[in-house]
Amino acid sequence: MKITEDSPSVLTALDRPNSYIGRSVPRPNLQRLTQGRGQYISDIALPRMAHVAFVRSPHPHARIVKISADAAKKAPGVIGVVTGAELAKVMTPWVGVLTHLKGLKSAPQSPIAVERACWQGEAVCAVVARTRAEAEDACELVEVRYEPLPAVTDPEVALDAKTPVIHAALGDNLCFERKLDVGAVDKAFAESDAVVETTFRFGRHTGVTNEPRSVVADWNEGEQRMTVYHGTQAPHMMQNLFAKHLGIAEHQVRVLTKDVGGSFGIKVHTYADEMATVALSKLLKRPVKFVADRIESFVTDIHARDHRIKAKIGVSKDGIITAFEIDDLTGIGPYSVYPRTSGIEANQVVNLIGGPYKCPNYRAQARVVFQNKNVMCQYRAVGHPIAVAVTEGLVELAAAKIGMDPLELRRRNLIPDDAYPTQSASGLKFELLSHHEALAHLDSMMNYAGLRAEQKKLREKGIYRGIGFASFIEVTNPSAAFYGVGGARITSMDGATVKLDAQGAIIVHTGVTEQGQGAEAVVAQCVASSFGVPIGKVRVITGDTDNTPYGGGTWASRAAGIGGEAAWQAGKALRANVLAVAASILQAKPDDLDIRNGLVVDKDRGTERLPLDELARVAYFRPDTLPPGFQAELMATRHYVPRAWPFAFTNGIQGSYLEVDTDTGFVKLLKHWCVEDCGTIINPQLVDEQIRGGVVQGIGAALFEHCLYDERGQMLNGNMADYLVPMAMEMPDIECGHVVSPTADSELGAKGAGEAGTAGAPASVMNAINDALRPLGAQPLTDMPSTPDKILRALGKV
Amino acid sequence: MNDRTLEISLTVNGARVQERVEARKTLVDFLREDLALTGSHVGCEHGVCGACTVRVNGEIVRGCLMLAVQCDGAAVDTIEGLSDSGEVSDLQAAFEQRNALQCGYCTPGMITTAQNLLKRSKKVPSRDEIREHLSGNYCRCTGYQAIVDAVEAVAQARAGAKK
Repeated sequence: MKITEDSPSVLTALDRPNSYIGRSVPRPNLQRLTQGRGQYISDIALPRMAHVAFVRSPHPHARIVKISADAAKKAPGVIGVVTGAELAKVMTPWVGVLTHLKGLKSAPQSPIAVERACWQGEAVCAVVARTRAEAEDACELVEVRYEPLPAVTDPEVALDAKTPVIHAALGDNLCFERKLDVGAVDKAFAESDAVVETTFRFGRHTGVTNEPRSVVADWNEGEQRMTVYHGTQAPHMMQNLFAKHLGIAEHQVRVLTKDVGGSFGIKVHTYADEMATVALSKLLKRPVKFVADRIESFVTDIHARDHRIKAKIGVSKDGIITAFEIDDLTGIGPYSVYPRTSGIEANQVVNLIGGPYKCPNYRAQARVVFQNKNVMCQYRAVGHPIAVAVTEGLVELAAAKIGMDPLELRRRNLIPDDAYPTQSASGLKFELLSHHEALAHLDSMMNYAGLRAEQKKLREKGIYRGIGFASFIEVTNPSAAFYGVGGARITSMDGATVKLDAQGAIIVHTGVTEQGQGAEAVVAQCVASSFGVPIGKVRVITGDTDNTPYGGGTWASRAAGIGGEAAWQAGKALRANVLAVAASILQAKPDDLDIRNGLVVDKDRGTERLPLDELARVAYFRPDTLPPGFQAELMATRHYVPRAWPFAFTNGIQGSYLEVDTDTGFVKLLKHWCVEDCGTIINPQLVDEQIRGGVVQGIGAALFEHCLYDERGQMLNGNMADYLVPMAMEMPDIECGHVVSPTADSELGAKGAGEAGTAGAPASVMNAINDALRPLGAQPLTDMPSTPDKILRALGKV
Repeated sequence: MNDRTLEISLTVNGARVQERVEARKTLVDFLREDLALTGSHVGCEHGVCGACTVRVNGEIVRGCLMLAVQCDGAAVDTIEGLSDSGEVSDLQAAFEQRNALQCGYCTPGMITTAQNLLKRSKKVPSRDEIREHLSGNYCRCTGYQAIVDAVEAVAQARAGAKK
């Protein structure tokens, strides 16, 4: 955009006098966290609170023959030993299905296994005691007699006729299947000048939140109410589920979410042990606390990404992509996770493959199968890292095959920036994306030509560096299309209630939750801007179903785009209410007044008319001085839900520059770039930090993270010494750039940014490794994580 | 139970503490449960994540790998004490300004570890040296760059202030 000095700037609604939109305002809640004065659920202690520890199945699949608890019941401090059958009297089982994922089926899951344990780590008995240590001591005394059953572990054979069926009532081990055939795929492949076909594998990995899952449940028999302090992303969803399965009304349940020590999609699901803790509180009529230890986290926090994808791309010699075809197979454990289901990731993979490109020919098959391993479900960027790695892996392999620069091949195929609105071959609807502008920005930001020259020079010295890219799209701001239409009580709406307190400060209650991403700051920025006060005058309250408006919480990159818009609108509504009061006091017209910097002013001249604390004093304490019949309304609520588009897609491109040690197989990450377009940027610093954190999480998937199981279904590396996560030493600096294409569906125009980093990083790192090794004739690596032994194998050195 | 507990006396954040503790109790559990100092966090309980990092007799230790009874007679500093004394106020301000924390669970351990690096030497550490010193502290949220930026900025400011 050309900006000349004599052209007046175009002011939008976002450019109000003291706007915080687009400013890197520090988050209001940071000081208590840097001082160690946050309140995480694991910090909470209530009077009479007991602790629960679980006896967990050592078998991937076994019949529970007998549980002998006599010795445990007599152990010091023990309050109760409760089996699945006993707990079934308090809480009903659940089934993780959604009606819009046609044919998806699952079996009833109980808070504690009743007859069978279906994965290693499933809880089979609970011990409640005065302290966690005493509960764990008594767990050692619980004798469980198991009859081991054959375990289904390999997804490849899960559907074979001779493989045992895990849940007999379901008939087979198929949870969900989807097929898609668009355009003329066979014809397109036949007419291609080159076809690349390969198999991608993605290692099962998990979230490793620094604070493990935590819950304190407090049933008050006198009030007949359940208060659950829960480290969750979706308090209202959990309120519904606790009530439903305890057989009480939703208003009898209050979910409180304090500080949460990381979530990333891990803490948005129903966990059997958390449900059991809530049921135990009701059964024992006292507060019960459960905090997963790290070993429990590894075998019970949802896993993700265990996919095997056979994939194929066709391309003409001038670099036009002719077709994509994929066959996805994924094992999701013995149950589809409730209530979001375990079919979503494969469904997303089918939806997203080829998404950035204009190629009209696409065929996909996805099969989701049951197995006796820990459950899999939605984790940050759900399906995106897989779809992007497959698409972008194919694109770079095709570019190499026809001898074309990988960025040039993308330029020839990315959907043009002036083609919107449009849709993908799989039917995803795009309002406005900016693939080409993002690519051009990345090209110059990373000095691509310079890096290629450096790479060439170093290769002559036997130093193998690689450059890899990943264009991507990201699902954000989901409408009811995601879960609501499938029958789940997961709202896509969010609300904000804004009130003027008696000293002229603003209190906001919001339905979105703070998981560390900065939702409180974003909500405060939106309200401060649309209402007209300094941001220090705004206090944001989240995570309390008794007090916040009904809302979806934090998932699918929705908090800023949806919760921010609700807050923006609520601030506007309260401004109108407050101006009505001011007009009444000042005997002026509301339209002639505005609120700026915490003062009621003349709209035209900006001169001060009335400070807000004086307005509040009159409205609250001297309403008798206001005209008869006038009632001041100093509280306003607004909700927002995206309606025009099922999802607000964002786009971007990442670049990775790295060096492979061809003797050891070690990868040194030198630099990483990400250009993305999340529409209006409310807080640039928070967006960049979401990108950086997300990129590093994606790098973990590309290089380190893998839940290793043996063929019997035993997890082999369920601890942080053996399961590797990215640490400071190995991570590169990450440069971020932006293109801004606002959504017209909201006044703010903000889309989500929480998952873009994780979506694209694995693909760009994988492509960079293959780029580094290509001159050595290595087999392309398509099996994540790319560990040193796989790299040495690709080089033929081991 | 008495044969399984021991009486210890130590200094925590400058205050004398005398408690009877189970011999098996870790230092971090003692701080959190017995003294209600919940700023030290429990992440992995096997010495990898660094969320429980505290200072014992001036050296940083993993609160999950040390027993409370080993601290008999020792001086222990936690994030609450380091905050109140003002010793790490510049680090805290830099973390807040640079958004070098998201969920904040790793932050007390991260700041305590960073302070250990900055106290150790007067010279401004390189970014690689900062990364290496923090390499035993796990952060899932930030990707570390903002943390390195914040520590680097404080190191430069402290060096400048000394000139």
